[in-house]
This record gives sequence, C-alpha cells and structure tokens, in this order.
Amino acid sequence: MAAKQNSGNNKLAMTILKGRTFIVLIILLIFFSITADNFMSAGALLTVAKHVALYGILAIGMTYVIITGGIDLSVGSVAGLAGMIAGGLIQEGLTLKMFGVTLYFSVPMIVLITVLLGALMGMLNGIVITKFNVAPFIATLGTMYIWRGFANIRSNGATFSELAGSEGLGNTGFEVFGRNLGGTAIPCGVLILAIIAVAAGLVLKKTPFGWHVLSIGGNEKASKLSGIKVDRVKIWVYAFSGFCSAVVGIIATSQLVSATPKTGESWEMNAIAASVLGGTSMAGGVGTVGGTIVGAFVIGVINDGMTMCGVTEFWQKIIRGLVIIIAVIIDQVQRNLQAKMALQARNENK
Amino acid sequence: MGEGYKCREDVFLHAEKISKIYPGTKALDEVSFDLLRGKVNVLIGENGAGKSTLMKMIAGIEQPNEGKMYIGEEEVYFKNTTEARKHGIGIIHQELSLFPNLNVYQNIYMNKEKTKGRFALDNKQHMEGAKAVLERLEHPLDLNQKVGELRVGQQQMIEIARNLVEDDLKVLIMDEPTSSLSQQEVKVLFKIMRELTAAGISIVYISHRLEEIMEIGDHVTILRDGKYVADSDVKDIDVSWIVHQMTGGAKSYPTRDREVDWSKVENVLEVKDLCLPKAGGGYLVDHLSFELKKGEVLGIYGLMGAGRSEVFECLMGLHPEHTGKVVMEGRELNIKSIKQQIDNGFALIPEDRQAQGLVQTLDIEKNCSLSALTRYKKGPFLDAKLEGEKVDGQIKDIHIKVADKKLPILSLSGGNQQKVVIGKGILTTPKILLMDEPSRGIDIGAKTEVFEIINKYAEEGLSIIVISSELQEIVAISDRIIVLSNGLKTGEFYGDEIEQDTLVLASYKGHH
Repeated sequence: MAAKQNSGNNKLAMTILKGRTFIVLIILLIFFSITADNFMSAGALLTVAKHVALYGILAIGMTYVIITGGIDLSVGSVAGLAGMIAGGLIQEGLTLKMFGVTLYFSVPMIVLITVLLGALMGMLNGIVITKFNVAPFIATLGTMYIWRGFANIRSNGATFSELAGSEGLGNTGFEVFGRNLGGTAIPCGVLILAIIAVAAGLVLKKTPFGWHVLSIGGNEKASKLSGIKVDRVKIWVYAFSGFCSAVVGIIATSQLVSATPKTGESWEMNAIAASVLGGTSMAGGVGTVGGTIVGAFVIGVINDGMTMCGVTEFWQKIIRGLVIIIAVIIDQVQRNLQAKMALQARNENK
Repeated sequence: MGEGYKCREDVFLHAEKISKIYPGTKALDEVSFDLLRGKVNVLIGENGAGKSTLMKMIAGIEQPNEGKMYIGEEEVYFKNTTEARKHGIGIIHQELSLFPNLNVYQNIYMNKEKTKGRFALDNKQHMEGAKAVLERLEHPLDLNQKVGELRVGQQQMIEIARNLVEDDLKVLIMDEPTSSLSQQEVKVLFKIMRELTAAGISIVYISHRLEEIMEIGDHVTILRDGKYVADSDVKDIDVSWIVHQMTGGAKSYPTRDREVDWSKVENVLEVKDLCLPKAGGGYLVDHLSFELKKGEVLGIYGLMGAGRSEVFECLMGLHPEHTGKVVMEGRELNIKSIKQQIDNGFALIPEDRQAQGLVQTLDIEKNCSLSALTRYKKGPFLDAKLEGEKVDGQIKDIHIKVADKKLPILSLSGGNQQKVVIGKGILTTPKILLMDEPSRGIDIGAKTEVFEIINKYAEEGLSIIVISSELQEIVAISDRIIVLSNGLKTGEFYGDEIEQDTLVLASYKGHH
C-alpha cells in the first residue's frame, strides 16, 4: 500500500517536473504582467515573439545537435556570415572577374543560395566531427572563428546598409522577412519559427531519421551495431543546424535592413540555453522541439520582461545564468526520479 | 565460526563464505578461500566462474554482499583499495591500469608521491626509488620514457614495481598477467614470483594456461559458476584433474537430439581464410575457415581473447580491412558496412547488452524496432501501426514479459532486456543470426528461455552461430562446435564428438 502511494507521488512529481518549463513560463508571464506595465499587451508580446523567433530557430537546430550528443558553437557565426552573404548579394551582386560581369539575383534566389551555403557550412562541421574524429566542441569552436572571420572579410568589417534593392535589378523585397505578415500584426519571423518547429518536431518523432537521431545520442555504439549510419545522420544534423542558422541570419538582417558582420555574436549561448531549459539533455538522447520552443520563450520573456522592469543588462546576465543552472539541476532530479521509477517497475514485474 | 575466528598458521588471509550479487546474477556464492602465506596460490575456472570477482573483494575494489575476511585473528573489511593496501595487499589487473601519458617513475609512484616540504614533488627520490625497484626486478628501464611507448611486458614489470616500491607488500594478486607476455618475459616473471615467495610474499595467480599453473603454482583452488569446487596442492594433481573439476563432468542442460543428416543440407555461409590483422603484428583471427548449414546451430568456443567476437565483427562489417572470402548462398560478399550486412541477412546480438545492445534513453518498443525502423515507412513517415504490430508479434513470439511496451527499457529485468535485443535482431528477418554470449548476466530461468528461442528459430530454418564461454551451455545448444585459440581454429566437433574435456583441451592448443 505504502509502495503504491509512493509510486503515485512519484508520478505526480514526474508530471510536474516534465511540465516545469511551461509552468515557469506561466509564472514569469504573471510576474511580469504585474511588475511591468503593458507587458501583457499584444504589442509587447509580439515584440517578445519577434526576438524569440531568432534564437528559437537557432535552438531547434541546436536541439537536434545536442540530442546526438554534440554541440554547435558556430551557429551565431553562420548566422552572421549568412547575413553578410545575403546582404552583399543584394547590394553588390556577384562579380565574376574573369567575365567582367556582375550578376544580381532575385530575392528568392538569394535566400536559396544563402540557406544552402549555411547548410553546407553545417555539413562541414559534421564531416570534421565524424570523419576526422574531432570533438564537436572543438570543431565548432574552430568554425565559429572561421565564419566570423569571413563575415568581416566580406565587407572589410563594414555594414551593408542598402538592402532595399532596386526595381531595375529585380531584387527588391528583402525586408519582408523582418516585417509583419501582410495585414496582420504577426512578425514574419514567428511564422518561419512555427513552420520550422512543426517540421522539425514531426521529423524527430515521426520518421525513422528522427528516431535514429534520438538513438545515436542515447547509445552511439548500440545504434551503430543496429545498422544506423551514425556518421551520415550526424552530418545531416549539423547541416540542419547550419540551415537554421542561415535562416536566422536572413531574418535578422532583414529586420535591421542592414547586414553587419557582428550579427549573431554570442547567440549560440542563447540557443544552448533554450535547448537545455526545454529539457534537452547535454548527455544526448533526450529532447523535444516543443520543449525547446518553450525554453526559448522563457529566455525571451526573462530578457524583455526584465528590460521593461528596468533591470539592468548586468543583472539580467546574472539571472539568466542562475535560471540555466537551476534548470539543469532540476533535470538531474528528474533523471534520478526516472531511474528510481524504472527500478521500481522492474521489481514489481518480478 | 564468526566471532573469534583465527587463521591457520600457514594462512595469511581467510575469506569466509563470500557472496557477491550483481544485477541478475550471483557472481560468488558462499565461497571460502585460504590464501597461503609465501605460496603461489592459483585460482582457476572458466570465464565467469568468479575468480576475478573474488580477487576484487580481497583487493578492496569491490565489497562482498555477504561473508567475512580475516587476517590472523582480526576481521578485516576493505572499503577501497587503499584499505587493502594498508594490509599489504596489492593487485595487478587483467587490463593494465597504467597511465600511458606519464613516465616510468611517475607511474611507479602514482598516489604514493614523495614530497619536499608539503607540496613540491621530490622527483629525485622518485627516480632513485624507481631505479632500485626496477633493478631488483632485473628490468632496468629509462625512467623518463612514457609508459605508453613501452612493450606490454615492460608495462607489466611497472605494474609489479608499483606494488613493490613500498616495503610492506604481503600479498600480490596477479590476474592473468601472462596473457600478453612473450615466452622470455614469462620466464622472467616466474623467476620474480619465486623470489617474492621466497621473501615471504604470498601470490595469488589467475591464469588460463594450464601448463603454466603446473610449473609455477603451489596450491590450486577451482571455482565454477561462482561456487567453490575443489582445492589441492599442485604436486598431487595433473592437468586432466583440473579440467575435470573445471567442467564438473555433469551436464545440467539437455542436449539437442535433432536427427539431421547435415551432409545433405545446403550451406548458407562459407568462410575461407578469414584474417584480421592485429595492431603490432600477428592476427586476431588467423586464416579461419568454416561453413554454416541452413538451420544449424554452430557453437564457437574459446577463451577470452581467442578471437571469437572478432569473427562476428568481421562478418558484420565492423572491420572492412579483414581479408578472406565470405560466401553466402553461393554469392561472394564484399563486406563494407553494418547496414549492408544487415540487409544481406545478418543480425548480431552483441556481447555487452548495456554498452552495445540497448539504447537506454528509448522505450522498449523502439529498442526492439530500431534495426528495422527504415523498413516501416509510410511515405516519409514512420508507420507506427505497422511498427507496433511487428513489435507486438515479436514480444509474443519470444515471450518477452512486458507490461507496456512504451515503458523505459531499463524497467525490464536483465533476461527480458536480452530478449528485446534478440527481438531487435530477428525483426530484421535475418538468415544468419550471430549471438555473442547470449546468456551472459542473466539468471538460469532466462537462460533456458534464450535456449528455447535458439531452438525454435533454428528449427524454422534460421542459421545461428553462438559464442559462449560456458561449456555446459555451448555443448547443450550446438549441433557442431568449432574451437578457437589465439585466432586459430584448434578443433571442430560434430554431434556425439562434443565433450567438455576435449573442448577445453582444444581451447588451450593455440597457446604455444
């Protein structure tokens, strides 16, 4: 009887633990709606959503990477370089010296080129990690510097600010990604976040590929012996992270209607924080896209809420840090409880 | 017994009814053991008999669940190796536990560092001490050389030197020290062992090499299935007595009584001159040839390190660098990857369930369907209904006791976890099933069920190769057995020829 009660308590605790990020989000919303004026207004919330869209998309790619047991520190730099590629293509076009011509592409074409290059950059991470056996932290730390360097070289450190394009060259309309959807108050970035989140969520839980990602993080050796092409899956996962980063680079550049090489600096940290807050395990094998989105919103609400309350940037950093550490401690508690419940079930089965 | 126990005069340490339980198995079952003073005490038994486990208790690496240990009149309990070392007990592990990135004297003085003042390392004293102890072992080495650059034999000497560098050594436990030594190095080792025993140090010696035991041993203790079987002075016994005691002579599993004329059954698999080179020369698998008939259960027996698992690894595509011919149903295979081999109709049940078989973060269903996942597709998506049906069918087929297939895999008992791993292999609809120690770490009941699974699928026409270190088990389930030793095939036995004693003798043949 006591055991039954106990396992009932465990189950309740488990439900609370699993929904903890969401509970925290609600508490934060209530808290800021009291302390900050106008926080619960549609306008303010949409601003939060606009900010969240950026590192939310980064965090989705990051979640995939972390689930395989890796890390991608280069996402911010890829975003920055992607912004510079897109911005440069609009403002300066592509000059082919040998033919003495400069090519200008339409905006959809530019977006396609940029995201493909982003995916390629991610793929390179994957290849270095799998084929040359470099630790993900090191490989992506290296490419973080390399892509940032290229972003600066592209314009010699300057900003591309004439991104409106011209009718004559047929490359207008780039700013649409940073604006609201026609006739609504919904930022375009939020829609893109939603589309990528739904697609990534479906792939992770409803396709063999997604389950391969989850199993590699859980036990790479066993996955390999089960016939999963571990290297190939990992390379695609890093490519996906690169793709997400390039998308973010485009949205961020479009929001500012200018491309600077500094775009995306230290954003990888927000992406990792959102993933971890959302319940992704740094040990690999565990994580959901939904959780990551909630995690991204928690960070967004904390950031914007504190700003609206007049908390200084310095204190914001301290609070963000504390939230992340506490989240991971709770994660460990959940894991221990889970192990205990599994053991209990095992004993009951006997 | 219990209170006021006093060791016999010639006994340094007495272990009384030691039991050790690991999840799913009883590794040691009330084993009592006298460690004779100044003698070479030999422990012998099959893999998994409990030899190493018993020594881990005495060296303080692990603690018994039940039982007591006495030194003289004092009851002792070692909660870690440091405690055991205080009583003069040192151990040399089966796997060398040196630091390859550190040099010779740093390794010898690891965790016994001498200091000048409180913090500064006194390397001068380290080097003098290391030099002295290596000279005593007649094995002078460059003290500044990294240990990783030394030969295995030299590394073994450092392991011994580590234990000798402090004067108080009373017991030295050596777990298969000769398995990687050359003839010359073994001679030197034996000479050192003689000197140590002459100096009053007791040695516990675990080895699989029966001839060596006759040469160096003073007293033999035999374990089987975690239980004490017999002990005797070496001068009173011979090799065949040891073999008989190790195997027990009795058979507890019923043998297969299938009346099949195998000469009329077609070959599913033919392997010719399979070779896997070893790093540093020689072969892990040495020109191995064998064939496998449809519906046959072929056993591979051998000692640890005989190259058995490596044969499976070659067949599964883990070592694309292997040489030799593998012909399946008349078609020569060019083995490149695991996925390709699974598609070719091979399935592997790996040796280490936790490290190689299961994905602990996934539920029971996914662990079962993992290998076949790409076959259950509806468009780009996973066909969850088909997957569920297949897994349910498998759970029913091999009687996995599951309350809910969405529960975590670790909520199952060891035996049922193993059945999930077997189910995962079978869901890929293989023609050849490779099972590496399929009954390791599961209780007797589950073992019997695993054998029933093997019989059932063999009768349905699946060809199965089983690796096992447990003699009774392999004798019971195999239609034919090949014996490997040092990568070489040293014996092949059909039906009535299969006997435990002959298998054991063959498994030692490859050793010089």
